[in-house]
Amino acid sequence: MKTANWERNLLDLIRRTSTDLPSDIEAGLRKALRSEKKNSHGYWVIRTALDNAARARGEDLPICQDTGTPIFHFRVPVGFDTNALVAVTRGAVSRATRRGYLRENVFDAVSGKPFYTNVAPGSPVIRIEQGARKTVDARLILKGGGSENVGTQYSLPDERIGAGRDLEGVRRCALDAVWKAQGAGCAPGVLGICIGGDRATGYECSKEQFLRKLSDVASDRELARLESRIVRDSCQLGIGPMGLGGRTALLGAKIAAMSRAPASFFVTVSYLCWAFRRRGMVLGPEGGLTRWLY
Amino acid sequence: MKTLDAPFTEAKVRQLVVGDLVSLSGTIYTARDRVHRHLNDGGILPVDLKDGAIYHCGPLVIRRDQSWAVRAAGPTTSMRAEPYMAGIIRKHGVRVVIGKGGMGESTRKACQEAGCVYLDAVGGAGCVAAACVESVGAVHFMEEFGAAEAMWELSVRGLVCVVGIDSAGHSLHADVLASSAARLQDLFCLA
Ligand code: SF4
Repeated sequence: MKTANWERNLLDLIRRTSTDLPSDIEAGLRKALRSEKKNSHGYWVIRTALDNAARARGEDLPICQDTGTPIFHFRVPVGFDTNALVAVTRGAVSRATRRGYLRENVFDAVSGKPFYTNVAPGSPVIRIEQGARKTVDARLILKGGGSENVGTQYSLPDERIGAGRDLEGVRRCALDAVWKAQGAGCAPGVLGICIGGDRATGYECSKEQFLRKLSDVASDRELARLESRIVRDSCQLGIGPMGLGGRTALLGAKIAAMSRAPASFFVTVSYLCWAFRRRGMVLGPEGGLTRWLY
Repeated sequence: MKTLDAPFTEAKVRQLVVGDLVSLSGTIYTARDRVHRHLNDGGILPVDLKDGAIYHCGPLVIRRDQSWAVRAAGPTTSMRAEPYMAGIIRKHGVRVVIGKGGMGESTRKACQEAGCVYLDAVGGAGCVAAACVESVGAVHFMEEFGAAEAMWELSVRGLVCVVGIDSAGHSLHADVLASSAARLQDLFCLA
């Protein structure tokens, strides 16, 4: 493996993810700006978010100081050296931290001592799967802490919100999660929802939904309808941008379904803030950049 | 838009009303999870917060030559400081708390009784906030807590916020929470 090539391009993936808000999210914010009342708090928040995106891109600065947990998703060819890939990914994370694209964001969970490079047990998160092609897909999400904290998992039936084991129950879980989050996840964000799975795979699958573009709709017709219903309903809560009141509480909702055991019906809701940092690239076998995925 | 310049006296702070847009200038001190816990446990406060401002923020900072460059410095979620905030406001005479997401009942009461105000900055707008930082003064607790949890002395100009809790006992967040709770029940009925 040509280590230098890989490290350079993965560093660029991190840099761009941290500084350059994806165009689908920016378009979503523009749409939100049109729906907020002029001179309202919501309008001011969204306008500031758009200014911030332009400044970050123009001046090569991190969009948000909380660069969160870096979550890498790789799809690699059969027989690819994944140990080497993990090593270059860690190297790139450490370099991106030194250059100020990532905050020193990892601490020992017991002693509280900082790790200065963001390379530590459990960080960065790296998921690798095998694909049929000869190239490598590298996708990255920077998942901020505030939005991570408002993620939640429901075990249905849930009497408190009157949610049974059906899609109406899922809708209630999603709206309850948005209500509980108020402004704390930096609304307007995007929901990733997983129906089914176990406690661990439910969260994993719900976060994978953030790899989908805002324009992407679930292939299942009923789930697609529920996605848009949740966004519509959430915007009637009056929570608005940053929970300061207003019209836009969500930019999108992405739902996926898995299988489940008879005893369990989990609905897992993950939240990603408007500072939705997600980028991806296709790399050749030697680590050269082929194209950007987003 | 109203302006709020240091020193942040009780008289100035008491004039602010929930919902006001405020442009703030002066020295503010970052403090987040660890610093709040430290102060709550009776730890030493290395600065004077009388008529001062606390900013719930863990900035992204890098060393440049002999000084610090603040690359992003937006607010962090304030609610995590709720168990400690009221005590700190009362004990140290803090007049301004800046953060995001709002705070709870005990902070609202402390703001009313002690004469303090809570301001919402725009969460996520890290480099817009960093552009308001004119200079970086001393940094405290760097060794123990790390850069993101340290207490940074930031001199800011024109940091725009909205008043989330005023000193007359009003809370924008409590209002939104209550009205959205009612709407949530309505939406549940529209199955
Ligand atoms: S929730 Fe997102 S936008 Fe808000 S502070 Fe955290 S990372 Fe930044």
